[in-house]
Amino acid sequence: MSKDHIDVNYVANLARLNLTEEESSTFQRQIEDILGYINKLEELDIDDIEPTAHAAPVYDRVREDEVKPSLKRDAFLDIAPDTINDQLKVPKVIEEL
Amino acid sequence: MSLAALTITELRKQLTAGEITPVQIIDDIEKAILANDSEINAYLSYDFDKARAMAANTDLTLPLGGIPIGIKDNINTLGEPCTCASQFLVDSYVSPYDATVITKLKAAGAIPLGRMNMDEFAMGSTTGNSSIKPTNNPHDLERVPGGSSGGSAAAVAANSAIATLGSDTGGSIRQPASHCGIVGLKPSYGRVSRYGLIAFASSLDQIGPCTRSVADAALILNAISGSDEMDSTSLEVETPDFTLNLDEGVAGLKLGIPKEYFTEGMDPAVREVVTTAIDKLKSAGAEIIDISLPHTEYAVATYYIIAPAEASSNLSRFDGIRYGNRAEQSGNLIDLYKDSRSAGFGSEVKRRIILGTYALSSGYDHQYYNKAQKVRTLIRQDFTQAFEKVDAILTPVSPHTAPKHGENSDDPLKEYLEDICTIAANLAGIPGISVPAGKDNSDMPVGLQILGPHLGEEVVLKVAQKLEDII
Repeated sequence: MSKDHIDVNYVANLARLNLTEEESSTFQRQIEDILGYINKLEELDIDDIEPTAHAAPVYDRVREDEVKPSLKRDAFLDIAPDTINDQLKVPKVIEEL
Repeated sequence: MSLAALTITELRKQLTAGEITPVQIIDDIEKAILANDSEINAYLSYDFDKARAMAANTDLTLPLGGIPIGIKDNINTLGEPCTCASQFLVDSYVSPYDATVITKLKAAGAIPLGRMNMDEFAMGSTTGNSSIKPTNNPHDLERVPGGSSGGSAAAVAANSAIATLGSDTGGSIRQPASHCGIVGLKPSYGRVSRYGLIAFASSLDQIGPCTRSVADAALILNAISGSDEMDSTSLEVETPDFTLNLDEGVAGLKLGIPKEYFTEGMDPAVREVVTTAIDKLKSAGAEIIDISLPHTEYAVATYYIIAPAEASSNLSRFDGIRYGNRAEQSGNLIDLYKDSRSAGFGSEVKRRIILGTYALSSGYDHQYYNKAQKVRTLIRQDFTQAFEKVDAILTPVSPHTAPKHGENSDDPLKEYLEDICTIAANLAGIPGISVPAGKDNSDMPVGLQILGPHLGEEVVLKVAQKLEDII
């Protein structure tokens, strides 16, 4: 693993987070520490090892495609932060040309 | 004696004999909470009227009939809050459905009662990352109860709950159980449905019981296990009756002691308690065998790539659109996401999301996530090979007893390294239990961890029962 520099503000933007200046300097230091420790994995020769995604692999589990009742729409609309006409309300997404 | 201080097994005897009613148990739990929870802070919320209404209709012939069970606040229970101890969900989210474990507990006659405190989104090992309030250890209020299921463990230890459910992603049931002196079981990955558990790291998370006795843990495991079409990672395997073979003893069992779990940095008092417990199991007829799990030293590094990576993906659903708290007056959609998430998440959650996003980001995924998955294979193989030689493995749960509040709060890496004894079980998907084994010089509890092969809960419980009997 390379000792690539992490730019926490850049990554925070990818993760849709704003950081205060204090957060960004603290996280920068702490995450560099953690990544430094994680570089320990470089000691291992793992080129020929198969990756494990799940501890108990189960593949292609399928069930009968039956129509069954699901939760009522209102159950979800009731817990949404903002709704209009039985739909979720969000800020305007499409920009004007 | 308060009924809230008894085991499920004892309460079930009294209930079926008609000596007590479920409402009396609930009354005693309420008294205990009013008496001590302002000091312990194990509970985030509770609804006694609802519990009493359920108690009136409970079927006492069922295996958990009339038994109230506290629920970690990341497991959905219809009509109740489920905050994950996060400001993102506080005061806004009410579960629209029951998690499968709740459906199963209700079907077994149990009464979900109370929402247990936790580290925010189960990220932490102290319950100090709860955005609502820190939980205190009932054995010493200046110390943490462990985490992330700190409320679940502390309430059982403080006699303000009979038993609780927790969740364990890297030790979050076993470590607080050890710190609070109770029994905590993490089942095999796939044994228990995760449907309705708010996901932290999907390939590691598993729900399990915190109880006063090994038999109680087996009773709850009976109720919550089983395949579920709502969770494709739950396994289609038979659920044995885990209570049946508890008293078989350890004579003739081969128990492995992995040298890598007895680190130089471990507290000598913990070492002594654990070694003494191992000696007692030897005296009870077990064959003790030294083994090696050579990739143990890479488990923490592997875990702190995989768990944050999965968390960064899972927590992307908290965007302020569909549920939870939305930031006011954000300009555009992206700002709304950012403002809502930044206001809703605490430091540890942000730190792990950033770490995980980095580990998955273009150009770095091969260096981090894929590499960690390969090392995960080596860690699994260590256990597979060990279980060819031994029936179960004995280790400490944590290198130290419960620390004081705030001890490692500015050094996350130091706190992560304390997970060394518990996280490999999650990476390998195997079951593990923490059983009280003794106390250190400050009278703080020390747990012994018993690990078994995948789906080997029966042997784990059998050894745990023996240990409980002889300690």
